[in-house]
Amino acid sequence: MPDKNGKFGEFGGRFVPETVMPALIELEERYEALKNDASFQEELHFYLQEYAGRPTALYFAKNLTAHYGRGKIYLKREDLLHTGAHKINNAIGQALLARRMGKKKIVAETGAGQHGVACATVAALFGLECRVYMGKEDIERQALNVFRMRLLGTEVIPVTSGTGTLKDATSEAIRYWVTNVEDTHYIIGSVVGPHPYPMIVRDFQKIIGEEVKEQILKCNIEKLKYIVACIGGGSNAMGMFYSFRNDKEIIKIGVEAAGKGITTNEHAASLTKGRPGVLHGAFSYLLQDKDGQIIEPYSISAGLDYPGVGPEHSFFKDSGIVEYQAVTDEEALQAFKRLARIEGIIPALESSHALSYLEEIMPKTQVDETVIVCLSGRGDKDVDMAIKVMGGL
Amino acid sequence: MSNLSETLQGLKASGRKGLIVYLTAGYPDYATTLETVLAMEAEGADVIEIGIPFSDPIADGPVIQHAATLALKTGSTTAKSIELVAQIRKSSRIPLVVMTYVNSILGYGKEKFIADFVKAGIDGLIVPDLPLEETGLLEDICKRQGIPLIGLIAPTSTVDRIKCIAQKAEGFLYCVSNTGVTGGQHNNYDQIGTVIKAARQVSQIPMAIGFGIGNSQGASAAARYADAVIVGSAILEKLTNEGIAGVRNLVRSIRETLDGESE
Repeated sequence: MPDKNGKFGEFGGRFVPETVMPALIELEERYEALKNDASFQEELHFYLQEYAGRPTALYFAKNLTAHYGRGKIYLKREDLLHTGAHKINNAIGQALLARRMGKKKIVAETGAGQHGVACATVAALFGLECRVYMGKEDIERQALNVFRMRLLGTEVIPVTSGTGTLKDATSEAIRYWVTNVEDTHYIIGSVVGPHPYPMIVRDFQKIIGEEVKEQILKCNIEKLKYIVACIGGGSNAMGMFYSFRNDKEIIKIGVEAAGKGITTNEHAASLTKGRPGVLHGAFSYLLQDKDGQIIEPYSISAGLDYPGVGPEHSFFKDSGIVEYQAVTDEEALQAFKRLARIEGIIPALESSHALSYLEEIMPKTQVDETVIVCLSGRGDKDVDMAIKVMGGL
Repeated sequence: MSNLSETLQGLKASGRKGLIVYLTAGYPDYATTLETVLAMEAEGADVIEIGIPFSDPIADGPVIQHAATLALKTGSTTAKSIELVAQIRKSSRIPLVVMTYVNSILGYGKEKFIADFVKAGIDGLIVPDLPLEETGLLEDICKRQGIPLIGLIAPTSTVDRIKCIAQKAEGFLYCVSNTGVTGGQHNNYDQIGTVIKAARQVSQIPMAIGFGIGNSQGASAAARYADAVIVGSAILEKLTNEGIAGVRNLVRSIRETLDGESE
């Protein structure tokens, strides 16, 4: 748990204008009360099960296992959820929270559009008014998700300030929230932002790991050696790792986007290459220059294309609870193709980063050992991008 | 007593309202910033706020965002902004307050940032994304360097928070006029007026209203509740559209309005 100021060790906190401080404090109080409220938990459980499709399968990837010929590989199938990724877990939880707090409007930011679509979906479901800020560049690259959001009744607002990408969309969503804090709830899309957001998003995502813990018993998995997940802001990874944070014998690996390589300037590997600083309200690892100006990240995967990372991940890194690695666009694309061909599953480019790291760890495993990869989303949204870089097949 | 407190307390004692004006360092270039600062002083500004451009300014509206983005694009750096302060000090003693975001300070090194700016000649520091709970990060360094870390209160601040912030306040208290970001036109100061009343119960410090004050009418309306007004985005807009002459006219007209009403 974070301390009373929302710090995980030295990371986290609330670096925001005074205007929103009272709202953050209120949010924390209301959330703490609801967290233990049986009717809230029941409602959340109902929508996760009946609407989103939980629990998701822990699927034994027999073909992929045979491909490497070493330990067993299981995939946690978050890609099978409604709207196509784990993002819906948080969106449902926070929309219910907004409703309980009497807020009729929600605002969110989105990069690739997955979190935006999840928010637009729950807004339609619960009759909330929804605005989503999205970088102008991303709007052009993700036309399909923009249409989905608009179809669901959400207003998508192009952001041209700064560099017109996810970090600017996040700043713009925060600015809107600062201005309309009295009737609007801000649904941040990852385990980032000021306290209590990293904690709240983690709590709504930790069901991923909790289910895995139960499924391990059902599947008779005895020697779980590795758990692997991709990291942008880090919500699916946090959801996956949190329940295993005290299991020292299981190696947890978070895989960042190395873009064109971590020795180039074009990557999004905040934990591998950044240094701690403050962005969007939290102290955490960050890609920045010597004056503290934020450096625009790069990744083929829009969902990993963020210059910061959740503060609890920074804490996990410095305390050695999780190991963080990075793989390149090229490596992720190979894994994208591999899973499609071998298992008949098209993974999201984000998840492909985690899958790619199997190349590194599988040769080190024994046949009686198991590796679980979080398949955080499906790859339908990435097909346009794949056509562009892979050409005809 | 510091240059800043002396100036603001002096104004208060003589029944005049203070005028605090903002510029982004290096927008559109450092020579212009320097010249504009001196021009604003000549037109009757009492305190100058120098904004150090940051890539992700979450408390700022489009005008200051744009100025920061452009300043960074044309090569504005922290070191050059420190040099700007030193240049201003060669010809002016006007109180200078630096306004920037936490990460500009951390990125450059917090001890070094504050020490270098103090050495160059600043009189105070405003960090809009450093609320009460996080002031521990810079408080001791500012004390050691002998400059106030300016506190901010907002229309949404609860009574308890207002009291805590006001009790700790040094230099002046920055009273944010509306929920929102810098810029725009805002003419209703009743809400922040109520907040200021609560702050005055525990502190004698000068109160300055900022955000959305763009002309003499706004300044005059805000001055009814406060000891000083802060004008930022409107100055930058004038600078962009009409150059330094436009800035002079705006500062002069606000100064005249404020003085006219105090008499």
